[in-house]
Amino acid sequence: MYRSAVRKPLITGKKDLHDITVDISRPIETSANKWWWSLFIVSAMAMLWGFGCIAYTIGTGIGVWGLNNTVGWAWDITNFVWWVGIGHAGTLISAVLLLFRQQWRLSINRTSEAMTIFAVMQAGLFPLIHMGRLWMGYWIFPLPNQFGPLWVNFNSPLLWDVFAISTYFSVSLVFWYMGLIPDFAMIRDRAVKPIARKVYSFLSFGWSGKAKHWQRHEVMSLVLAGLCTPLVLSVHSIVSMDFATSVIPGWHTTIFPPYFVAGAIFGGFAMCQTLLLIARKVVSLEDYITMTHIEYMNIIILVTGSIVGCAYITELFIAWYSGVEYEQYAFLNRATGPYWWSYWAMMTCNVISPQLMWFKKLRTNILFTFIIALFVHIGMWFERFVIIVTSLHRDFLPSSWSMFSPTFVDIGIFVGTIGFFLVLFLLYARTFPVIAQAELKTIVKTKSSKYNKN
Amino acid sequence: MSNKIIYGLFADDELLLDATKKLVSKGHRVNEVYSPYPVHGLDTAMGLKYSRLAITSFLYGMLGAFLITLLMWYVMVSDWPMIIGGKPNFSYGQNLPAFIPVTFEATVFFAAHLMVITFLFRCGLFPGSSSRNPDPRTTDDKFLMEIHESDSKKITEIKSILKNSGAQEIKVKNSNSELLEEFEEKRKKEKNKKKIRSKKNNGLLEKFFKIIGKNPKKNE
Repeated sequence: MYRSAVRKPLITGKKDLHDITVDISRPIETSANKWWWSLFIVSAMAMLWGFGCIAYTIGTGIGVWGLNNTVGWAWDITNFVWWVGIGHAGTLISAVLLLFRQQWRLSINRTSEAMTIFAVMQAGLFPLIHMGRLWMGYWIFPLPNQFGPLWVNFNSPLLWDVFAISTYFSVSLVFWYMGLIPDFAMIRDRAVKPIARKVYSFLSFGWSGKAKHWQRHEVMSLVLAGLCTPLVLSVHSIVSMDFATSVIPGWHTTIFPPYFVAGAIFGGFAMCQTLLLIARKVVSLEDYITMTHIEYMNIIILVTGSIVGCAYITELFIAWYSGVEYEQYAFLNRATGPYWWSYWAMMTCNVISPQLMWFKKLRTNILFTFIIALFVHIGMWFERFVIIVTSLHRDFLPSSWSMFSPTFVDIGIFVGTIGFFLVLFLLYARTFPVIAQAELKTIVKTKSSKYNKN
Repeated sequence: MSNKIIYGLFADDELLLDATKKLVSKGHRVNEVYSPYPVHGLDTAMGLKYSRLAITSFLYGMLGAFLITLLMWYVMVSDWPMIIGGKPNFSYGQNLPAFIPVTFEATVFFAAHLMVITFLFRCGLFPGSSSRNPDPRTTDDKFLMEIHESDSKKITEIKSILKNSGAQEIKVKNSNSELLEEFEEKRKKEKNKKKIRSKKNNGLLEKFFKIIGKNPKKNE
């Protein structure tokens, strides 16, 4: 009879239940080290610079960006799509892997969900500041008003986006928080300092871990995961429809929804990888985020990277096969026009570099993984830049062809959102339980851990 | 005869499950179990009914789909129909494809949020709630069983069952708060002991480290 090999343990270090409690409350109960502080100060400075640029944009108008009549969308939408995409991996890990009962998600789901929420916050900034008049931001909602009433247009993908992003953000936030309640209760019960005790008892909503509550909690988590799975696919599909439902050559393609979703997961896993590699060092979680986790995530990066590569080639083929010369020119212009360097940066970073993950030696190398993840960030950013700017800059009328170059404000806001994201993440890493300990404890058998200890 | 609460503290979920099954088969009722994580099979062993939360979620989703359809019909077709991109909004059915994405999002929005609110409401969880587990160790690595009983004969029987099935601590109290208070006092005493010890042994040294801003011992 065939017996499958015994799998490697998901967490190393022969932990028992109490060890997990201690390890996960350590970053909260101790003070930060100098690595944390230096990273925090750098990110906070970038964040403040970004806030300054946003204030300048709103005070003066979006004319301070590099946009012109031909290129009316550039870095703002590029950054928006980039950040939304990054968010997707978190939901994928927590929801899809929960439905598939992939237990290795347990030590990374909390952090990747946090990443989702922080990334979607950055994404949400861009449409808001692109409005120019931020104080009229509520016009995107279907509210009765004095202009007729003049309603929003439910036929428009931009409005679908409003609904998609706000649903996605709020549901992810709630899913994340419901998982956090038992963990906050754990910290509350350990807290000795009165302030910490009060704060965590407030945050834990009076959770007591009763049998009936756990039963309901499990049903709720499962249903939320079931709801989040189609939700995550719908969000980036709808983001892609911002482009796909237009008539611009290079945008008007039916491949966009699946291609964007695959790209989002690809880029999101890379960001997850980057953050986890930092987090496991900064708050010493090497026993929980093991080489197995890194390798699995690298395999997902490889698979989704290949899907993305396939989509690029399909897009090229269809442009030629369609026989539409405008479509053909749009793609020829991407690869050989004035923005050729961004196209080839995208191709190298997204299609070629993840293929190196086929080698086990490379995908189990931490430094290599880290570098490839950075490549993927660059590649995915350029993907959106290529789609948006190179499709627009040479439009139907050659006399209005132009180029786009970012101003310091464009760059400042982008850098600022990276800083803001890292600030949120670093604050989270020191005040929140970074691993879903209640869920993680279910895979540790108390009896077996006693045997393991010997 | 006064109502008493018997507490059995376990260090292992399997022992807890066995004890629950044993108690229930002997005709006792396990009123509550506090555990650091969901113990599978415990709900059926305790005789808890299945949760209807998933059904509520489905109903909320239907409600969301209905309400958003109503809104979109009113906005796009009834109140102020507009011709956008040469595509008029004469009837809801003809323009239905454009309304699918928002309908889906609203369904998920209602299903998720109202279910979570129902969950919080049914469990009595809210920010600032003072309710909690009677033994703080049950969010760490211990499992606490709670049995309400007034018959002293039965109490001794339950105690012996708990003892035989591997309970670490067995206590009989009048209320939840009594158990919590006992634990808090114990914690305070231990803290004081630690303070006295540290003052005696290395008070000066600790002060020195505090001044130079370094912690000589890594905190647990």
